[in-house]
Amino acid sequence: MRILIRHAARIVVVVLLGGILGATLVRVAPGFGVDEQELDSRLNHESIQALRQSRASDGNLAEYYVHYLNRLLHGDLGTSRTLQQPVRQLLAERFPETLKSVGLGLALGWTLGLALAIAPVMSRSWCVDLLTSLLAGVLLCLPAAVLALLFVIAHAPGRLVLGLIVFPKVFRYARNLLAHSASLPHVLTARAKGAGGFRVLLWHILPVAGPQLLALAGVSVSLTFAAAIPVEVLCDLPGIGQLAWKAAMGRDLALLVNLTMIVTIVTLLANYAADLITNPLASGKA
Amino acid sequence: MKWARMAALGFLVLVSAACLLADYVAPASYAQQFRDALDAAPSRQHPLGTDDLGRDRLSRLLYGTRVSLLLAPAAALLSSLLAALIGGTAGFVGGWVERCMMAATDLFLSLPWLFLLVTVRALLPLNVSPFTSVVITFALLGCLGWAAAARVICADARTLSSSDFVLLARATGNGSFRLLWRHILPNLKPILYAQFWISIPVFILTEANLGILGLGVAEPLPSWGSLLRELESFSAFSAQPWQFVPLILLVVVVSCFHVGLQKRELSS
Repeated sequence: MRILIRHAARIVVVVLLGGILGATLVRVAPGFGVDEQELDSRLNHESIQALRQSRASDGNLAEYYVHYLNRLLHGDLGTSRTLQQPVRQLLAERFPETLKSVGLGLALGWTLGLALAIAPVMSRSWCVDLLTSLLAGVLLCLPAAVLALLFVIAHAPGRLVLGLIVFPKVFRYARNLLAHSASLPHVLTARAKGAGGFRVLLWHILPVAGPQLLALAGVSVSLTFAAAIPVEVLCDLPGIGQLAWKAAMGRDLALLVNLTMIVTIVTLLANYAADLITNPLASGKA
Repeated sequence: MKWARMAALGFLVLVSAACLLADYVAPASYAQQFRDALDAAPSRQHPLGTDDLGRDRLSRLLYGTRVSLLLAPAAALLSSLLAALIGGTAGFVGGWVERCMMAATDLFLSLPWLFLLVTVRALLPLNVSPFTSVVITFALLGCLGWAAAARVICADARTLSSSDFVLLARATGNGSFRLLWRHILPNLKPILYAQFWISIPVFILTEANLGILGLGVAEPLPSWGSLLRELESFSAFSAQPWQFVPLILLVVVVSCFHVGLQKRELSS
C-alpha cells in the first residue's frame, strides 16, 4: 500500500512539474501571444484590441500557469490551435488507435525477442546465436522512420513496425540475461540430473531472469510510444504520434505539451506496474 | 573479436576521412542542380545518379555524412559533459543534493525521448537557415540526451567517493575540488568515454528520425535524415536501387559504432 501511495505521489509531482515546465515552454516560445488573425486587414482597431484583450490573462507567467493548472484539474486540456478542436476530443479519438498499435507492437516485439533469445540459449548453437544476433543487430541500426518507410514501400501493415523496433532491445537484454541465468550452478546441476530443456527453462532459468525482464517491460512501453511518432506519420495511422507531429509542424505547443504529459503519465504507470509486480517477485526469490 | 573492432574502427576512419575531404572528393557541390539530368541513373559523371532536383547523390551523401558523422560526436560530447557535471556532482556530494538531482534525472528519463525532442524542437522556429537548423538539431540532442548517462555516472561517482583511496586523500587534507578533479574525475574517464561512444549511434539514428519527419537539418544542406527522406518517393515501378546507398551506409556506420564498443564498456 505504501508503495502504491509513493508511486501515486510521484505521478502527481510529475504532473505538477511537467505542467510548470510545459506552461513555461509555451509561454516563452517565440510567437506566443501573437495571433495571425491580427494580420487580417478587414479587422479594425477595436477588433484587434478585443483579440489582444482575450489573451490578456496569458501575459503573466504565474497567472498563465495557475490558469493552465486550473483548467487541467477540471479536465480541460485546452483547444488545439491548428486543428481547432478540443485537445480532449482529439485524444479520445486518437488515443485508442495508438494504444492498439503500441499493444500489438509490444506483443510482437516481446514474442519475437523472447523466442529468439531463448533459441540460442537452449540450443547452445553458435550458428543460431550468430543469426539471431545479426538480425537484431541490423534492426537496432535502423531508424524507426526508415523501417516505417520500408513497410510502406512493401505495402506491409504499418503497426508491425513497432514490434520490430521493440524486438532488438528485448532480444539483446533477454539473451544476455538468459545466457547468464543458464550458466548458474543450479541450472547446470539440473541439467546434469537429466532435467529436460523445457523444464530447465521453465523452472530454473525464467524464474531467475523474470524480475529483470519485467523491469524491461516497463521501459519498453516508453520506447514504443516514442517510436509511434515516425511510424504513425509515415504509415498514416491516425494516432497520437501523428497528432504530435502535426502539432510540431504547426507549432501547436499547447497540444504538444499536453500530449507529452499524457504519454509520460502512461509510461510512468507502466513502469510502476512493472515495479509493483517485480518487487514481490524479487523479494520472494530472495 | 579484436579484429572485428579494428575493422570497424578502420571503416569509421575511412568514412570520416572521405567526408572530411568531401570538398575534393565529391563530384559537385551538394546544392548544385544539373537541370538536364533530373533523376538520372548512375553514370561516370554522377556515380550514384541524381535526385529529382538534379543534385548529385554521391556529393550529397558525402556532405550529408559529414554533417551527421561530425556533429553526432559533438552532441555526444556535450551530453557526456552535462552528464559528468550533473551525475558527478550528485554522486560526489551525496545527500539531498544527490536525491534532488536524481529525481530531476528520473523525471527527465520518464519523458519519452522522441516526444520530448519533437516538443522542444517545435518550440524553436522551424523556418531557419540550414546552418542554424544543424546547430539547433544537434544542440538539442546534446542538451536532452544526458539523463541516462548521468544516472550511470552518479552511481560510479558515489562508489568512488566512498572508496579507500578517496578516504585516504580526504584524510591527508585534500579539499573537495581537488578530490573531484584529481581523484574522482580521472577514474570516471572510462565510463564517460563509454557513455560518449554509446551516445553517438543513438544521436545519429535520432537525427535520421527527425530528418525524415522534416524536423531535422533544413534543405538544401544534406544530412542522413534528409537523404533517407528521399525513400518516400521510392517506387517499385521506377525502381532506383541506388537510392538505398545512404541507408546501407547508415546501417554499416552505426553497426561499426556498436562493434567498436568493447565488452566491458557495454557492461558499464
